Amino acid sequence: MKKTFEELQQIGKNKLDRIGLRIGLEAKTESQKQIMVCGGTGCHSSSSHILIDNLKKELKAKGLENKVDVIQTGCFGLCQKGPIVIIYPEGTFYAHVMPDDFKDIVEQHVMGGKIVDRLVLDEIKDNPNDGLNQLEFYKKQNRNALYNCGLVDPEEIDEYLALDGYKALHKVLTEMSQDDVCNEILNSGLRGRGGAGFPTGRKWMFAKAAQADKKYVLCNADEGDPGAFMDRSVLEGDPHVIIEAMAIAAYAIGADEGYVYVRAEYPIAVKRLVLAIQQAEDYGLLGDNIMGTGFNFKLNVRLGAGAFVCGEETALLNSVEGKRGEPRPRPPFPANAGAFGKPTVLNNVETYANIPKIIREGAEWFAKIGTEDTSGTKVFAVGGKIVNTGLVEVPMGITLREIIFEIGGGIPNNKKFKAAQTGGPSGGCIPEQNLDTPIDFGSLASVGSMMGSGGLIVLDEDNCMVDVARFFMDFIVDESCGKCSPCRIGTKRMLEILEKICDGKGEEGDIEKLEELASAIKSASLCALGQTAANPVLSTIRYFRDEYEAHIKEQRCPAGVCKNLMQYKIDKEKCTGCSLCARKCPVDAIVGEVRSPFEIDQKECIKCGQCELVCKFDAISRA
Amino acid sequence: MSNINIKINGQEVSVPAGISILEAAKSINVHIPTLCYLKDVNVIGACRMCLCEVTGQRALVAACVFPCSEGMEIFTNSPKVREARKVTLELILSNHNRECTTCERSGVCELQQTAEDLNVRDIRFPAMQEEKYVIDDVSPSVVRDPSKCILCNRCVSVCKDVQGLGALGATQRGFSKEIAPAFGLPLADSNCINCGQCIINCPVGALKEKDDTEKVWAAIADPNKHVVVHAAPSVRAGLGEAFGLERGSLVSGKLAAALRRLGFDKVFDTNFAADLTIMEEGTELIGRVTEGGKLPMITSCSPGWIKYCEMYYPDLLAHLSSCKSPQEMMGAVLKTHYAESNGIDINDIFVVSVMPCTAKKYEVQRPEMKVKGVQETDVSITVRELARMINEAGIDFNTLPDENFDEYYGDYTGAGTIFGATGGVMEAAARTAVEVITGKEAENIDYEAVRGVEGVKSAAIKAGDLTLNVMVAHGGSNIRTVMDKLRAGELNDYHFIELMACPGGCVNGGGQPIVNAQEKMTHDIRVERAKALYHEDADVLKFRKSHENPSVQKLYKEYLGEPNSHKAHEILHTKYEQKPQIDYKK
Amino acid sequence: MDDFVSIDNLTPLKEIIAKHKGAPGCAMPILQEAQEVYGYLPIELQKTIAEELGVSLSEIFGIVTFYTQFTLVRKGKYRVGICLGTACYVRGAQNIVDRFCRELNVEVGGTTPDMKFTVDATRCLGACGLAPVMMINEDVYGALTPDMAPDIIAKY
Repeated sequence: MKKTFEELQQIGKNKLDRIGLRIGLEAKTESQKQIMVCGGTGCHSSSSHILIDNLKKELKAKGLENKVDVIQTGCFGLCQKGPIVIIYPEGTFYAHVMPDDFKDIVEQHVMGGKIVDRLVLDEIKDNPNDGLNQLEFYKKQNRNALYNCGLVDPEEIDEYLALDGYKALHKVLTEMSQDDVCNEILNSGLRGRGGAGFPTGRKWMFAKAAQADKKYVLCNADEGDPGAFMDRSVLEGDPHVIIEAMAIAAYAIGADEGYVYVRAEYPIAVKRLVLAIQQAEDYGLLGDNIMGTGFNFKLNVRLGAGAFVCGEETALLNSVEGKRGEPRPRPPFPANAGAFGKPTVLNNVETYANIPKIIREGAEWFAKIGTEDTSGTKVFAVGGKIVNTGLVEVPMGITLREIIFEIGGGIPNNKKFKAAQTGGPSGGCIPEQNLDTPIDFGSLASVGSMMGSGGLIVLDEDNCMVDVARFFMDFIVDESCGKCSPCRIGTKRMLEILEKICDGKGEEGDIEKLEELASAIKSASLCALGQTAANPVLSTIRYFRDEYEAHIKEQRCPAGVCKNLMQYKIDKEKCTGCSLCARKCPVDAIVGEVRSPFEIDQKECIKCGQCELVCKFDAISRA
Repeated sequence: MSNINIKINGQEVSVPAGISILEAAKSINVHIPTLCYLKDVNVIGACRMCLCEVTGQRALVAACVFPCSEGMEIFTNSPKVREARKVTLELILSNHNRECTTCERSGVCELQQTAEDLNVRDIRFPAMQEEKYVIDDVSPSVVRDPSKCILCNRCVSVCKDVQGLGALGATQRGFSKEIAPAFGLPLADSNCINCGQCIINCPVGALKEKDDTEKVWAAIADPNKHVVVHAAPSVRAGLGEAFGLERGSLVSGKLAAALRRLGFDKVFDTNFAADLTIMEEGTELIGRVTEGGKLPMITSCSPGWIKYCEMYYPDLLAHLSSCKSPQEMMGAVLKTHYAESNGIDINDIFVVSVMPCTAKKYEVQRPEMKVKGVQETDVSITVRELARMINEAGIDFNTLPDENFDEYYGDYTGAGTIFGATGGVMEAAARTAVEVITGKEAENIDYEAVRGVEGVKSAAIKAGDLTLNVMVAHGGSNIRTVMDKLRAGELNDYHFIELMACPGGCVNGGGQPIVNAQEKMTHDIRVERAKALYHEDADVLKFRKSHENPSVQKLYKEYLGEPNSHKAHEILHTKYEQKPQIDYKK
Repeated sequence: MDDFVSIDNLTPLKEIIAKHKGAPGCAMPILQEAQEVYGYLPIELQKTIAEELGVSLSEIFGIVTFYTQFTLVRKGKYRVGICLGTACYVRGAQNIVDRFCRELNVEVGGTTPDMKFTVDATRCLGACGLAPVMMINEDVYGALTPDMAPDIIAKY
């Protein structure tokens, strides 16, 4: 049933009475507790959905189903410690909660009022309540785009309405002109969060100015950067924010139709988005004559099909049009000739996630956060060799050191930090000496990397930088669309040289060849994928040239990663002859008598590293 | 559109707003190299050879797609530009089978020329391992050699957008990308119509005709064979280019002389058969109009079009004229009447045709194209193959004297010669039909309305009380437009339609000499070559109407009787059947 | 998962086409749904799609071979997708891939002769918190070590 704005307000208010205790309001209904269980992909894969079923069943058995709500939420960000459960109003933060833990949670916590100690992280053992504010992981964060993630049930539009949902849309439709909206976004200083950082407001203005009988609004949810999953989390945790933002953008530029282009590899995100669209349609928040204002907006979902290049805007347009995802030359820019040749605004998920709040709170509020170069917050997906892998949202201007060592908890296993890789295959590796660079678009570029979509992979001393460069080049060769020659052939030649170096067959001059190729590919390629393809190589050469030289001149991989350049060796002094490694060896390359030192047959060894992992006496090492 | 002022390499120039940098530079004779660019057809900015520096632009821009705007400052020759182009070209070369000395495109290869222009003497970034490619030479017409393909996409655009087919397409992606038919099928089993437009638009030797010159040499050398050759109308308009003559040079006399010097026993002219075709087809048309046959009737000279119809419009096959093409009529007459009247055994006569066409190679081996159980035409070679034979024989084409074709089957009229240009068959038919219907000599026999390169042309031709509504289209996508209308019942008022598979007709056939894409920017070869034919028609030849060809009249008297007689039907007519578009079960 | 429709039965395909035909850019959703129903996209299906949409087969084939999600060959009943995203790679995902391939005796991208397992190295699955991760059909496994391979395989 279509609803008027007043009816929607009422729905939201009623819902707030029930769920307000999550944000510190008093419970005004029968429900006295809210058990929030993370249903993001990470926690879901650890069976959080089974936990939810178990909790619901148990509560029902105890006759508590009306007093305690169990809510499947979006991602809390601290994936490493998942599945995560938060119980309101006290805000108790439980980690690593398994399906079998339902009994303790219901009987001990809910009914008995006692904390389940074994589910509390050591860090907050003394104060398990209000965990979101107590944990170091959250202290420096400023959850803005991710505000609703973990706070609402993403499959429930009423909860979104309860927390000011669709008020921004109503505001623009009733109080603001198209230019007002564009100006507001421009003044906020919001820059596209997908990679290039183009000012969003300006993009909208161009599309608004374009004359056409039809315009489109697109959302790029083809999150392809390996190691980045913030867009996924927003769609899984707060799909309505995207719908609302796209409707606002549509109004601002004069569009009446939109597409969300989302990775097919994200089944949960797709499911929740489709559901959210349906709910919004039911309430008349999508479709014709939205909230009685005469504004029409139809939203479609398109699934990606596994092509990284489709994150590039013109390639995405071709893909939406049902073609091969090969980029188009610009100009014409999408703002003038985009989807189906019509003026189009294309923003990524995180960019949109900022829009409704900017409209509600005003451009100035947003502009105050962050740096002069880049206002607002940025979500980073932190992974690799770091204690707290997960999703963090921080104000621009924070340093990498703060993210990695304070929020992220540093490097596990007492290993040494080597580099932070940002910007995915288009970005670069940032070494120790640049860790104090305040993060924004400009500064990351100045140290040879880029913001990209916000993937942040931490590398430690066990990672070989040549191998990392090879890894990214391999990715690019695989994902290059093949349309323009420098990218298609040049990246392949670079990969061949990198493989040669990793194989110990590098020659003098190879580094220079890589640099020459890199600079040509950068200036000659058709699209951003090619223009940035060499960044991982250039930045690793810039900061870790010695590692390249060790491979080439000494046939040595200092990190012991490149298989042709290393051997596993058993230290005869340390080996106790326990035979565990020999039993684990998948190819029977380790031989010896029990109780006397074992030996590795280098001809047989496939360098899988199993022996090193299982040795209890630290007797096996790479050299 | 208004003009704007820009600067190219410091030189101020005023150009129409919105034209590309490439076009602007061309207008002041600044050369920018291109490989993927094909005017109006493939403008995609992919090869990156045309990179230029534009003040204010972060990256280099592709001149072929970047529009000029007021005050723009362009550098086409900066160190950055030169280096980017050179590395890019070296990369393309690193992935190209560089057997230039044995490549048939040597000398007319755009890649080779660009490497020369850019002074590439070394490939700094060679491939570490050779890629393995399979050559597709199953088709009788087109050979595809992916080891030479530079993925410029020109063939794909031509096949899809100009010809309306899409037999070739981009497959896979990245370094594995290959231009190929779907599922890697041989072209022969795809929806290819053998037209060869891909060949004449390929910048390199990745697409070429199946070379049949050795078969011709072998026949000439065989003392038991009586080898007869005939050359199609448009050959005389294109062949000269292969020897550096100006585009549109008319070389009928040198053509006859060259063929004679190659050692053919008789040198005839397909134009004779073109005149014969008009007699047969014109009569068939008059019959259909006056006696109530399937209308509109559609020409059947173009073997690419015939295959198109068989694959895509099998329901409309009855509209086709039953006439064989001039090539096959010629073969049929030579193997019957000529052989009989000269006492040559049908099995000893070897007919070679020189065609502007690669589909003709397909046509000669069609089962329908037999007379008395033998193949009418033994070998069909393209203009390019003929040029190679002339070179191989050491003949200095440009200094040859003008000679005549051998009499009888070498006699022709202007109506026959204009068959080579779009609209020519229609005009030739009109000249004859009008006079046959009215029984009077027509005042005007120049039908301007059906000439020219407009994609679809129509005209109303008055023949006494009768008005013949005619339509002419050329190029596959224009054919589609016409045939879809016909299928939809929108062309019921029409009597006669001329369809040619190649854009511009045979003067721009897939077997013609190759003109590079940069030259096509400023020259319409369809127009320039057609001019040569209309010149021969209007200014050179004695007769301009097929029915006035004395040798054709003689053939009817001696052998065929009347047009459309039983005898004529037996050897000069045929019919066609539906063919699958994709024949993957083969 | 294994209940794919035989390609001899084109009725579901025609229904899918009818549902989308006419909508702008409909080729992709048609191909995606067709693959869901049939499991793969052999020439018979692509030819039908091309004919119904009035485009050339090479155009459809070009789309299918551009996107890695589409497959021309039938895959195993269980699709083992091991993430080779950066986060997983730097945590040793290559060893996981190698181990699964060895256990199942297939190359990456290959299918066991009994059509039970197909092993693929996939792009980032977006579960970097659990690196290295893999999926078997819809089941996600995280924090993998190579040694876990035999046990995981044994579950299927």
